[in-house]
Amino acid sequence: MTTAADMTVFELIRDRARFSREETIRLISIAKTGHYASSFSSADILATLYYGVMRLRRGEPDWPNRDRFLFGKGHAATALYPLLADWDFFPKDVLDEFTRLGNPLGDHPDAARVPGIDFSSGSLGHALSGGVGMALGARITGKDFRVFVLLGDGECNEGQVWEAAMAAAHHRLDNLVAIVDRNEYCLDGKIDDVMGIEPLPEKFRAFGWAVVEVDGHDVEALQPVLAASYDRPTCVIAHTVKGKGVSFMEQQIGWHLGYLAPADEERALDEIRFAS
Amino acid sequence: MTVNPVPELHDDSWHLLQLIDQAPGFGVLSQTLSQLVVDGVPVVALTADLKYSNGLVRFAERHPDRFVQCGISEQHMVSAAAGLATTGQIPFAATFAAFLALLCCEQIRTDVCYQNLPVRLIGHHAGISLGFYGTSHHATEDLAIMRSLANLTVLAPADPLALGTLLRASVELPGPAYFRIGRGREPAVYGEKDRGTLRIGEARTLRAGSDVILIATGSMVHPSLRAAEELAARGIEAGVVDMHTIKPLDAEAIRSAATAAPVIVTVEEHNVIGGLGGAVAEVLAESGSAVRLVRHGIDDVYSLIGPPTHLYAHYGLDAEGIARRVRTELVGLRP
Repeated sequence: MTTAADMTVFELIRDRARFSREETIRLISIAKTGHYASSFSSADILATLYYGVMRLRRGEPDWPNRDRFLFGKGHAATALYPLLADWDFFPKDVLDEFTRLGNPLGDHPDAARVPGIDFSSGSLGHALSGGVGMALGARITGKDFRVFVLLGDGECNEGQVWEAAMAAAHHRLDNLVAIVDRNEYCLDGKIDDVMGIEPLPEKFRAFGWAVVEVDGHDVEALQPVLAASYDRPTCVIAHTVKGKGVSFMEQQIGWHLGYLAPADEERALDEIRFAS
Repeated sequence: MTVNPVPELHDDSWHLLQLIDQAPGFGVLSQTLSQLVVDGVPVVALTADLKYSNGLVRFAERHPDRFVQCGISEQHMVSAAAGLATTGQIPFAATFAAFLALLCCEQIRTDVCYQNLPVRLIGHHAGISLGFYGTSHHATEDLAIMRSLANLTVLAPADPLALGTLLRASVELPGPAYFRIGRGREPAVYGEKDRGTLRIGEARTLRAGSDVILIATGSMVHPSLRAAEELAARGIEAGVVDMHTIKPLDAEAIRSAATAAPVIVTVEEHNVIGGLGGAVAEVLAESGSAVRLVRHGIDDVYSLIGPPTHLYAHYGLDAEGIARRVRTELVGLRP
C-alpha cells in the first residue's frame, strides 16, 4: 500500500483532491441535497492549498502561526470538510452526520461551530474583507502567516469584494492571496449572461494587485503559483470547470444544486476514480 | 433553458432546474406579477442570482423586458429598485430574506422607506426554512428590523393563496412593502372562497376559542390551526388568528382576543424579540389588559443546523410543539 509518505507532493495533492470529490458525493448522499458542481470546481485548489502550500499543524486548528483560509464561496464546503477532518481538526465521524440536527457541519462553513474553519461564510462578499483583517492582524502582531481567500467568480459581483480589494492594495498586504475559482457559472446561469465580471484580471490589476492566471485543475501549475511570495496582494485567477470530474455535471446549470441517487453516485464515483 | 441532457439518470436523482415548478408559493409569485403586468400595472421584477430558487424565471420568460437580473449584488438591487420606482415603475425585488433584511437594511431604510417609494421587497426562505444552510441563511430577525422602519408595510402571508391576494392588494399602497415568505411550500390555509378577501392591516380570525387565542403569522398559521385541533381533542378551546400584517398591526383584533380568552400565545418562525410577539406585547401593555401573553418562537438564540422539519420539531414550531407549549402554559390556569 502506498502511504502519504511515499507520494510526491503532487501525487498527494491529486489523491486528496480525489478524496475531496468522493467525500462530497458521500456527504451529499447524507444531506440528500448539495452543491456538487461548485465543490468539484474547487477540489483541486483546496487540495493544493491544504497539502502543498499552507503551513498547518495536524490536530491544531487554532495554532496561532497557521496560514489562514477563508472560503468565500462557502456553498462548496462539502469539498473542504473532509480535508479538515483529514488534518485531525475534528473527529472524522462528525462527517457521518453532515447536516443532521445539531451537527456542526452545514451547507456553509461556520467558524463558530467547526474547528479548522477560520471565518464563517454563506453570505457572499464578506470573506475578502475578513482576509484583509487577518492579514493586517499578522502585520500588527509580527507574525508571518499568509492568508488565502477562495472567492467564487459570481461572488465578484458583490461590491464588498471591491472594497476589500481596494483596502488590500492600500495597505500593501503582500501576505494576502485571493484565488478566484473562475468556473464561469453562478446559480442563474453563465456569469457572462447574469452579470459579467470581465475583464477580471485588468480589474484586479487596476486595483493594485498582482494577477496570475492558471489552470485551476492543474495542481503542478497551481502549487508553485500559490506557494510563491509576492510583493503585493495577489489574485490567482484559477480557470476551472464547474462540475469538474463528473462528465454529466460539467458546465450544466442545474447541477449547481442537486442530488444523485445511489446508482448515479456510482457512475460519478467511477469517473472520479478513473480520472485519478 | 439548458436542461442537463442525461436521460439515463435515475428517477430519484434531481437538480436545480427540476425544482422550479415544485413550490406552489413561488408559482403564485410569478403568476401574480405576470397577471399584474397583463392588467397594465408597471411591475418590474428584480432578483440577485436566485431566479431558479424563487421561481421568477417563469416571470422572466413571459416578460423579459420587465425582469432585471442583478447578479449577486443584493444591496445594488435594492437601491436600483428605489431608482426604478422614481420613474413610475413598481419594482418587486426578491432574494433570501436573510440577505434582503440584514445585508440590505440600510438601502431599504434610506433609499426605499425614507424616500417612501413603492418598492415591494420579497424576502423568501425566511425564518429557519433553509435548515442546514446555517445561520448565514436564516432570517429570524427580519420582522423586528422591518417593523421598525417608518413608512414600511410588513406582510407575512400564510400560504400561496394569501401571498397572491396580498401581492395584488399591495399594488394600491403608495409606499413600500416587505413580504416575508417561506420556501413556497407552505400547506394551504385558505380555500378558493377566500381569494381576494384578505385586507392589508386586517387580521383574519380562522377559529374561535375561549381558553386561549393563538395569534400566528406566516408559516406558523397552518401548524397553529392543527395545534388548535389537537387541543380541542383534549378539551382546550383554542382560537387562531392569522396576523398576516405585522405593520400596520391590527390592534383591535389583539384587544378583542384579549377579551375572548385569558391567555394569548403568539406563534412566529422568528426570534421572540421584536417580531409578532413583541408587537402584540406593545399593544397589550398599552391597552391595560390583564390577559397573559406567551411569546412562542425562537428564544433569542441562533438556530441549530439541521433539516427544516427537524428544526421545527426541535424548537416546538410544529403543531405538536405549539400544542405542547399551550398545555404547559395553561397548567394552573384552568381548573
